[in-house]
Amino acid sequence: MSQIMNVLITGVGGQGTLLASRIIAQVAVDLGYDVKVTEVHGMAQRGGSVVSEVRYGEKVYSPTIPKGQADVLLAFEKLEAARWLDYLKPDGIVIINDERVDPLPVMSGKVKYPEDIIDRISQLKPKTTVADATQTAIECGNVKAANVVLVGILSKVIGLPPEKVEEAIRKLVPPKALEVNLAAFRRGVDWSVHQ
Amino acid sequence: MKRLMIGNEAIARGAYEAGASVATAYPGTPSTEIVSNMARYQDVYAEWAPNEKVALEVGIGASIGGARTLVAMKHVGINVAADPLYTVAYTGVNGGLVIVSADDPGMHSSQNEQDNRGYGQFAKLPVIEPSDSQEAKDFTSLAFDISEEFDTPVMLRVTTRLSHSQTLVEEGEPGERVLKEYKKDAPKYVMLPGYARGRHVEVEKRMVKLAEYAENTPLNRIEWGDRRLGIITSGVAYQYVREALPDVSVLKLGLVNPLPKDLITSFADQVERLVVVEELEPVIEQQIKAWGIDVEGKELFTLLGEYSPEMIAQRLAGAEPATSSQLDIPPRPPLLCPGCPHRGVFYTLRRMRVTVMGDIGCYTLGALSPLEAMDACVCMGASIGMAMGMEKARGEEFAAKMVAVIGDSTFVHSGITPLIDTVYNQGTSTVLILDNDTTAMTGHQDHPATGVTIKKSPTKKLDIEALVRAVGIDNVRVVDPLKLDELEAAIREELERREPSVIIAKRACALIDPTPITSTLFVDEELCNGCKACIRIGCTGIFFNDDEKKAAINPNTCVSCGMCVQVCKFDAIKVVEG
Ligand code: SF4
Ligand code: SF4
Repeated sequence: MSQIMNVLITGVGGQGTLLASRIIAQVAVDLGYDVKVTEVHGMAQRGGSVVSEVRYGEKVYSPTIPKGQADVLLAFEKLEAARWLDYLKPDGIVIINDERVDPLPVMSGKVKYPEDIIDRISQLKPKTTVADATQTAIECGNVKAANVVLVGILSKVIGLPPEKVEEAIRKLVPPKALEVNLAAFRRGVDWSVHQ
Repeated sequence: MKRLMIGNEAIARGAYEAGASVATAYPGTPSTEIVSNMARYQDVYAEWAPNEKVALEVGIGASIGGARTLVAMKHVGINVAADPLYTVAYTGVNGGLVIVSADDPGMHSSQNEQDNRGYGQFAKLPVIEPSDSQEAKDFTSLAFDISEEFDTPVMLRVTTRLSHSQTLVEEGEPGERVLKEYKKDAPKYVMLPGYARGRHVEVEKRMVKLAEYAENTPLNRIEWGDRRLGIITSGVAYQYVREALPDVSVLKLGLVNPLPKDLITSFADQVERLVVVEELEPVIEQQIKAWGIDVEGKELFTLLGEYSPEMIAQRLAGAEPATSSQLDIPPRPPLLCPGCPHRGVFYTLRRMRVTVMGDIGCYTLGALSPLEAMDACVCMGASIGMAMGMEKARGEEFAAKMVAVIGDSTFVHSGITPLIDTVYNQGTSTVLILDNDTTAMTGHQDHPATGVTIKKSPTKKLDIEALVRAVGIDNVRVVDPLKLDELEAAIREELERREPSVIIAKRACALIDPTPITSTLFVDEELCNGCKACIRIGCTGIFFNDDEKKAAINPNTCVSCGMCVQVCKFDAIKVVEG
C-alpha cells in the first residue's frame, strides 16, 4: 500500500475540485500509473462539503483512500481542510487555500467560524502550507482559476513534471480559458513550499 | 491506449461496443451519465423519458423490435418501472435488453438505500455486478449476449462508488448495430393469463439454465491466497477487500443472481473461515446460509451505508482505527445556489406558516435550515397525492393552510395523475409547480417541458399551463418567484379558494440562466440595523459581519437576483451606482 500516492482534494461544492482531481489523474495516467479517482456528484455539489480522491501507483484497488493514509490533503477552503484532516497520514502534507466560505450554521450566526483553524491544523500537521490561490487567480485574470493555482502547488509537492501537468491542462481546459489557467498553474508551481 | 472513465461512461461504452442502438432513461443520481454518454454516439437513438416506467416500456418495445437496448435508472427508479420489469421477465427479449440499476449506499443523493439485487431474486432476472470501470464496460457487453442467449432481460447493478469513480479502461472496437428480425409471437409477448402461464414455465427453466451457467461463467472467479480466510464478495466491496486483505482467498462474484451453488460450496470446503462482504442487505449471505453452509456476514458488517477498506481491515485483520484529531468543525450542508428561484418560494411559505407537502429535486433543500419550509417528502411526484390525503383526513380548513410543491421535471415524471385525482375527487389543493426549465439536481437535463431533446434538438414543448387546465384545474396562474409580493399574494388568494388551483412559479434555474436581475449590490452600513432578516434566506451571496454587526454582500458569489433586497425592511441593500 505504501507504493500508492493518495491525494485528497476537498472543498465546497462549486469550487472546481473536480477539474483539479481530473488534471492530477490525467498526469498520473500519462506517466503510466494505474489510477483511480472518486468524486462527489449530486446534492453535495450545491454548496455542500465535497471531496475528490485521487490514487495512483503500480496497482490500485480501492477508489477511496483509507482513513489515515492520504499523503497530501489539498483543501480549497480552510474548514474543509480541518474536516478531512483525519484522512491524512501522521506526517502528511496539507495545502490550504486561504479562503473562507461560511457554512450555513456560521452564516446564520449559530456558531462562529473557527478563526484559529489554520493554527490548529498546523499544530497537528507540521507540514502545512497556506496559499492565497484566490488572490493569485484574480491576478492571473480569473478568480475561477484558483483551482489550477492549487494544482500548481500540489504538483510541485508531489513531484509531477510541470510539462506533463501543462499537457493535461491543455487536454482538460476549454481553449478560451487556457492562457489564464496556464498562467495560474505556473504561479502555483513558483510558490515556495514548506517541505 | 487506456483511458480514465467513470463507471457510467464505461457502461455506455460497453453497450455501444455490443451494438446497442437504443438507450432510454430518466435522469437520477448516480445513473444519469449512462444515457447522456449514449447520446453522444451518433448511431444510437437515445432519449430522456418522462419517467423510468416509460423508459423501460420504450426499451421493451425496442427489444421486441429487434434492437439491443440499454435502459438506465437510479435504484428508486426501478420501483417506478417495477410493473413492466416483473412482466418483461416473462416475455423475455428479442434484441438484448440490459437494465441498469444504480444503487446509492450511503444515500449521497437519494431518499433511501434499498438494495436492488433483491429485484433480481423477486423478478427472476440475472443480476451482474462489476467492480470497476473496465468490468463495467466488459460486463455490459457480455450482458447483451447473456440476454439474447437466455432470452431474458439482464439487470446490471452498480453503486454510486462505481458509477462516479474513474478507473482505466481499454476500449474495444464498436460492434455492428444489428437489427434482429421481428416476428409476431403473441404467446411470447402478449401477457394474457393463458399465455403468461406458459411463459412462467419458461422463466423457471431459464433460471435453472442460468444457475448452471453461473458455475462456469467468466463473471465469477476465485483468487486463491491464504486459505485460513475465504471472502465472498462482489462489486466495489471486492476492491475494498483486496486493498485491506491482499493475501486472503477471494471468490469474486460478477453474477450475483443466480448464485453458483457448487462453486460456492467447493470454495467454502477449501477455506477455514468463510465471510461474505457485501454492502447493504445480506443477499448473498442468506442464500449461502439457506444451503446449510457455515458463513459469517452481517454479524461483522453493518447493513447501513458504504463500506471502506479500513472497515474491513478493522473487522477481519484487527487493524486499529485511525486516530481522530477531534477538531470540532461546523457541518456544511448543501444549500440552494445564489439566485436560485426556489429560495423565494420557501422563504414565502415559511413566512406564511403553511404546511408544505414536498417533492424531489433541488427544492427539497427548502426543508433544511434556515428555510425549513417542508413537512414531508417521500418520492417522485408524491407531494400532490399527499396533500390530497392530508385534506381528506383533516378537512378543507386544514387544506386552506397547506400547499403541495413540485418541480417541473418531477411534475411531468409523476405529478399529473395525482393532480387528476385531486380534480376528480374534489380536493381543494393549492399546488405550486416550480418551473425552472430543467432537471436541475441531476445536472440540468432536458425534459418534455423544455422543448429540447437529449441530443439538443428542438422538439414540441409540453405546455404545463395548458396541461393543467386540461385535467380540470380552472385556477391557474403564472408568477415570477423572485417577485416576493406577487408570489405571496398569489398563494394567499389560491389558498382561500375552495377549489383546486395551480400556481406556476416560473423562472429558469440560476445555473442555466445566470443573467443578473438587478445591478451589483452592496449593504449600506448606515441603514443596516443588523436584524439578519437577509441572512435567514440562506444565500451565500450575503453574510453577517460579526465585528461590525452588519450584513455584507460577497461580490464573488452574489449573482444580483435581488431577493435579499426585498427582504430587508430598512432598504439597506442597494445598487452600486455607476
Ligand atoms: S441548480 Fe438551479 S434549481 Fe438547483 S439550487 Fe441551483 S439554482 Fe436552484
Ligand atoms: S442578491 Fe441577495 S439573495 Fe440574490 S444572490 Fe445576491 S446576496 Fe443572494
